Amino acid sequence: MRELTDRALNLAQVQGATYGDMRIVRRETQSISVRNGVVQQLSLDGTQGFGVRVIVDGAWGFASSHLLTPAEVDRVMALAVTIAKASALAKTEDVDLGPPEVHVDVYRTPVELDPFTVPLNDKVSLLLEADEEARSVKGVAVARSGLTFIRENQTFASTEGSYIEQEIVESGLGLVAVAVSEGEVQQRSYPNSFGRHQGTAGYEFIQRWDLPGNARRMGEEAVALLSAPQCPGGVTTIILNGPQLALQVHESCGHPIELDRVFGTEAAFAGTSFLTPEKYGTFRYGSDLVNITADAVTPTGLGTYGYDDEGVPAQRTDIVKNGIFVGYLTSRETASQLRRIHPEAPARSNGSMRADGWSRIPIIRMTNVSLQSGEWTLDDLIADTDDGIYMITNKSWSIDDKRLNFQFGVELAYEIKNGKLGRMFKNATYTDITPRFWGNCDAICNADHWHVWGTPNCGKGQPGQTAHTGHGAAPARFRNVQVGVMK
Amino acid sequence: MLGKEKLKEIAEQVLALSSADQTEVLIFGTDERLTRFAVNTIHQNVSETDVAVRVRSVFGKKTGVASGNDLSKDALRKVVESAETAAGFQQDNPDFHSLPGPQSVRGVDAYVEATAACTPEERARGVADICAMARENGLEAAGAFSTAVDEIMVANSLGVSAYHRGSVAHVVTVIMGDTGSGYASATAMDVSELDAEAVGRVAVDKALRSRNPTDIEPGAYTVILEEEAVADMLSSLGYMGFGALAVQEGRSFMNGRFGERITGDDITIWDDGHDLRGLALPFDFEGVPKQRVTLIEKGVAKAVVYDSFTAGREEGQVSTGHSLPAPNTSGPFTVNLFMGPGHATKEEMLASTERGIWVTRFHYTNTLHPVKTVLTGMTRDGTFLIENGEIARPLKNLRFTQSILDAFSGAEMLGAELKRVKAGWGGFATCAPAVKIREFQFTGTTEF
Repeated sequence: MRELTDRALNLAQVQGATYGDMRIVRRETQSISVRNGVVQQLSLDGTQGFGVRVIVDGAWGFASSHLLTPAEVDRVMALAVTIAKASALAKTEDVDLGPPEVHVDVYRTPVELDPFTVPLNDKVSLLLEADEEARSVKGVAVARSGLTFIRENQTFASTEGSYIEQEIVESGLGLVAVAVSEGEVQQRSYPNSFGRHQGTAGYEFIQRWDLPGNARRMGEEAVALLSAPQCPGGVTTIILNGPQLALQVHESCGHPIELDRVFGTEAAFAGTSFLTPEKYGTFRYGSDLVNITADAVTPTGLGTYGYDDEGVPAQRTDIVKNGIFVGYLTSRETASQLRRIHPEAPARSNGSMRADGWSRIPIIRMTNVSLQSGEWTLDDLIADTDDGIYMITNKSWSIDDKRLNFQFGVELAYEIKNGKLGRMFKNATYTDITPRFWGNCDAICNADHWHVWGTPNCGKGQPGQTAHTGHGAAPARFRNVQVGVMK
Repeated sequence: MLGKEKLKEIAEQVLALSSADQTEVLIFGTDERLTRFAVNTIHQNVSETDVAVRVRSVFGKKTGVASGNDLSKDALRKVVESAETAAGFQQDNPDFHSLPGPQSVRGVDAYVEATAACTPEERARGVADICAMARENGLEAAGAFSTAVDEIMVANSLGVSAYHRGSVAHVVTVIMGDTGSGYASATAMDVSELDAEAVGRVAVDKALRSRNPTDIEPGAYTVILEEEAVADMLSSLGYMGFGALAVQEGRSFMNGRFGERITGDDITIWDDGHDLRGLALPFDFEGVPKQRVTLIEKGVAKAVVYDSFTAGREEGQVSTGHSLPAPNTSGPFTVNLFMGPGHATKEEMLASTERGIWVTRFHYTNTLHPVKTVLTGMTRDGTFLIENGEIARPLKNLRFTQSILDAFSGAEMLGAELKRVKAGWGGFATCAPAVKIREFQFTGTTEF
């Protein structure tokens, strides 16, 4: 790899680049899925290539190719330089990357059991067993389950002198049971919805979650939901379980703290942010109980790595401290921009730039953006709630383009009356405005309930990029929330 | 772009390496360039070249899939071996019968050399026009100008051999002021047909008219939905149940309703991969020619789309050419949706509306209930109150929670023109008219 990176970076400098970096990426993905007793997918996918990023005349250029040959490196680097010169035609100021980042290092995801060495038969058998359990419940129309394993090897080199090799390993699993009756479809997912729960870990991650042992319960709950009453509407107290709260954090905190969004670079696609720079350090985002951090170092977190795709070391940053908004997710360029507005802001990036493979340019993505745990047990929290709804696992999500008005639907909900769980409700939804919602958070469960959930499907950017992010959360309670919008 | 002959050569090479009963090779080539701008400046300018080879190996009723983008002979051999290894770990799938056999494909000419040859400088000039217009009006422009050439080759050991190439150019911008924003976009196969300045003009005009928006109470309103909002609803219907797998599993809104009226009389929706008003793709990812499938005709549920797998589960049914790439766990899918036009102009819709809301586009829509076709989402980049046939004032954005079929049952006027609306992901487009709808349910508000 050294030969190719040296060649590319030398060429960048010869052609006038004041900065250049190159990422060479190889990604292997193994996907297995079972649907109603049939192995529907067993695929082994590989992709490799490189991307080069340069600053010429104060502007960015990026080009990429799947061909790892010296001649192609020359062509693609020349193209990147040409593109940068074109970018300079419509620039208003030169790119400022701030202080240099020089690191020579190797990082590998700690793995107990390499998932690529586990026999395919074992994986298929696990899914078939879980599938059978789910479909053993009368009324389950469809059971789908899947395993995903990813190994990504990346070499990063820059004209500043960095040379970083990383190997990130991910393991993911999921099952959904779908029950159908006339005019009604209900589903229950485990451990999380929308395909899978995933972490940076080996096969031990799969073993921990015991898919077969939870599949029957998913089937039973899906069938029970068919005849459950519709969640009533009104303003009430809600308790969100961990997976639902993880997505709540993702949508209403994780995205609005992306500093590229704040500065408008996602305005035409994903949107901007209500957390504008003048709010930095002073805005009350939530109640005193709300503490949110962003880190790329939590073990098994799906947003965990050694270095971001600009070669900045993984780190932990306070985002919301005792309810006050205190930090963004930054890149080298946006950290410099923020510092011009807020001289007290950190001079260096907090290492949140990531690219979806070799063909995409790094953009600011969530790491593990997590709500820190509180002091309650879940039993005590429910016992302390006179009237409310306990909402479990996401089914639908939507939020406006500044991340203020959101509406979520959940798979399963229970009435809470006089401190006890009561009737099951179907089609429960809740909606609110982000700071008001977090301002009404009055209890968070303790570290025993806290888990970092993986979101392997976060979309952003043009061309589209899918990021893998993590979100630590324990169940929490929110007062005065509008529920039951759907009739 | 490697071209037809080179892709065919790779496909033949892969087929020759196979020891499976049946083998399919699917090759995607892409050359995509995109210039992205914000705050009146280019902040991202990228180019991607890739060729991916995907192999499906079949042994009896077992299938395995592998893919790679290294085109060396050794790497291709490894992909074939991986697919065959994967198949070996499968169990028999009783519903799998065979890969499709060869059928005559009617090609479409969807490639324009000017788009393939478009330079970063040309894109930068288009972007500069939009940014200048925004700057002159004290506004900020964001958006993207992209050009792409895609080629696809499908071949299998039964004799299928299909090749298609297409080009697409796309300009999108959001123009922002302190208190409002405006949106416009255009998509063409030929980049020279794109008028970036005209796109910018529409968005600037909307941004200026969106300044100082005011609140309105949520509730049921007559709406005029511009084409992008309608296309969003059509695409959502595709996800909710225009595919045969959803029907076979009993979770589609079409279940039990074929032959019944499910929308207003004026609504006709179809999928057509040959119609150049969209982004054409004449065959699916199994190489089966795409049929024009009428899904809803004059309000009546008519049909859904099939791939070879779902067709094989129903006596006498054939694939309509709507497979996704193997291994496909989502079932067949509509990627070339059209809604039939009406006769009205948007101006006529506006003039006929005593009180209502004009919606430029939706943001972040998501399904709440697939059988009831309930969708939620926000309005964005140009929402206006209509009073007495005129735009009265800009509104802060609203959340809607609405059954799509109910909305289409309340359609009062359809636009005479179809707009090609590029999907957010992939080289696909939906063609939709503007639609005036009564009693559209808005359920929430936001602060801007």
